[in-house]
Amino acid sequence: MAGKLEGKVAFITGAARGQGRSHAIRLAAEGANIIAVDICAQIDSVAYPMATPDDLAETVKEVEALDRRIVANQADVRDEAALKAAFEAGVAELGPVDIVLANAGIAPMALGEEPHGAWQDVIDVNLTGVFNTVQIAVPSMIERGAGGAIVLTSSTAGINGIAGGTRGGYGYTASKHGVVGLMRSYANTLAPHRIRVNSVHPTGVNTPMVVNEVMQQFLASDPSLSNAMANALPVDLVEPVDISNAILWLVSDDARYVTGVTLPVDAGFTNKK
Amino acid sequence: MAGRVAGKVAFITGAARGQGRSHAIRLAEEGADIIAVDICRDYDTVGYPLASAADLAQTVKAVEALDRRIVAAQADVRDAAGLRAAVDDGVAQLGRLDIVSANAGILTIQPWDDVSPAVWQDTLDTNLTGVWNTMVVSVPHLVTAGGGSIICTSSTAGIKGLPYLAPYVAAKHGVVGIARTMANELAAHKIRVNTVHPTGVDTPMGSGLGGLEPLLTRDPNLGPIFMNTLPVEKVDPRDISNAVLFLASDEARYVTGLEFTVDAGNTIR
Repeated sequence: MAGKLEGKVAFITGAARGQGRSHAIRLAAEGANIIAVDICAQIDSVAYPMATPDDLAETVKEVEALDRRIVANQADVRDEAALKAAFEAGVAELGPVDIVLANAGIAPMALGEEPHGAWQDVIDVNLTGVFNTVQIAVPSMIERGAGGAIVLTSSTAGINGIAGGTRGGYGYTASKHGVVGLMRSYANTLAPHRIRVNSVHPTGVNTPMVVNEVMQQFLASDPSLSNAMANALPVDLVEPVDISNAILWLVSDDARYVTGVTLPVDAGFTNKK
Repeated sequence: MAGRVAGKVAFITGAARGQGRSHAIRLAEEGADIIAVDICRDYDTVGYPLASAADLAQTVKAVEALDRRIVAAQADVRDAAGLRAAVDDGVAQLGRLDIVSANAGILTIQPWDDVSPAVWQDTLDTNLTGVWNTMVVSVPHLVTAGGGSIICTSSTAGIKGLPYLAPYVAAKHGVVGIARTMANELAAHKIRVNTVHPTGVDTPMGSGLGGLEPLLTRDPNLGPIFMNTLPVEKVDPRDISNAVLFLASDEARYVTGLEFTVDAGNTIR
């Protein structure tokens, strides 16, 4: 049986591990070829280890194991020129892009002395990085005239004000709210080109960004925060594939008239507020 | 100094006590005359006593002590004919109508599987159809006056899915729908329509929320939904009245279709 995305090409940022890798595998399983990028380097203000070139190589291996093609490059979403080069290298090999997943993000929350630059870094990666990603991909999608689907990864923190009183936390919530503004604007401006734009809003996901000592200490530090972080459905963390499944639906033709939507995949978290 | 709603007439449902009485007094303090109605009778389905005729008489006394006029009648918001008679009589005596506070409401607490058909129907009839009836009987008078302001009392339960309050939540969400629609339909008549969304208020109805405690003990995960952000458990009726006054006054002349939260930050958590 043909997959839901047979013959399509997807551009995915933050694809070395976590949600990004899961999206690459899920979309490849439905027939898509993948252009993957990841910074594969540490950012100083981020307390947990970020992805490595080995992680990105593992994503490549898993997509190839599904008999799909993948072009992977190291690129920082904050660096427009490098990101554009990675995008164009992928298009040169795989053909024009139908799907864009602006997924790369950081969560530089920490207790005690806050890392210098946490606010600026999280805004640069989570918001400006998303902007760069869409800006780079959209001209070729418009020119080709075949429509397309863009999904921006926001968060429950893109709907609710959860900051935990830290600079990184405020920045994270501000960046994820900002992503919603971008999504709504792009959804309006790109609609005439049949390019749909939506955002997904995961609750805590079982990935290295969330499941690490620093984040767990941060969440445990304030009972009102940990209380507020409880999902409605009896599950603490959802799995990356839960987000990938929502994204698969949004980018497939099943959702051909769905645009401008903030889709929570949050075990009832935001409804509980 | 002239009051902020001087020379205006306000129609208030559920005015015998609680928020309704507070609205009557606050608007009268700022110069409005009042048309007050209340059912003044208990419901079989509601666990706390509703207002009495003596309560309504107390509202009359409090407004008259401010040197304002008040026409009070017992009327059930579920009975459009009775409600129309009350507002028509009030307008005949006081001369006009400018402000409508659709405030009457009831509240019951129970898990979803304890919601009886009667509780469902009474809550929808009072809190939703009652608001609709209030608008239907009032709007012709506002059109005659050349404009006006309608304030529908919703709730944080009109924004959030508060557990154990299913009929109440359904009705209070419905109120938002009516208000938005009417804000559009009535704008051409310079009639503004807004909703206010209180968190828990220190009133006799608010005491009905006591029934939540055993349910939340059973399921503590749901407790934080009811928590305010500002350090206050219940607000005072006057806090809601101050919002109603603003929306009723010409200070808000270009404010319509708004969900006005007076909720100590409950809905932003």
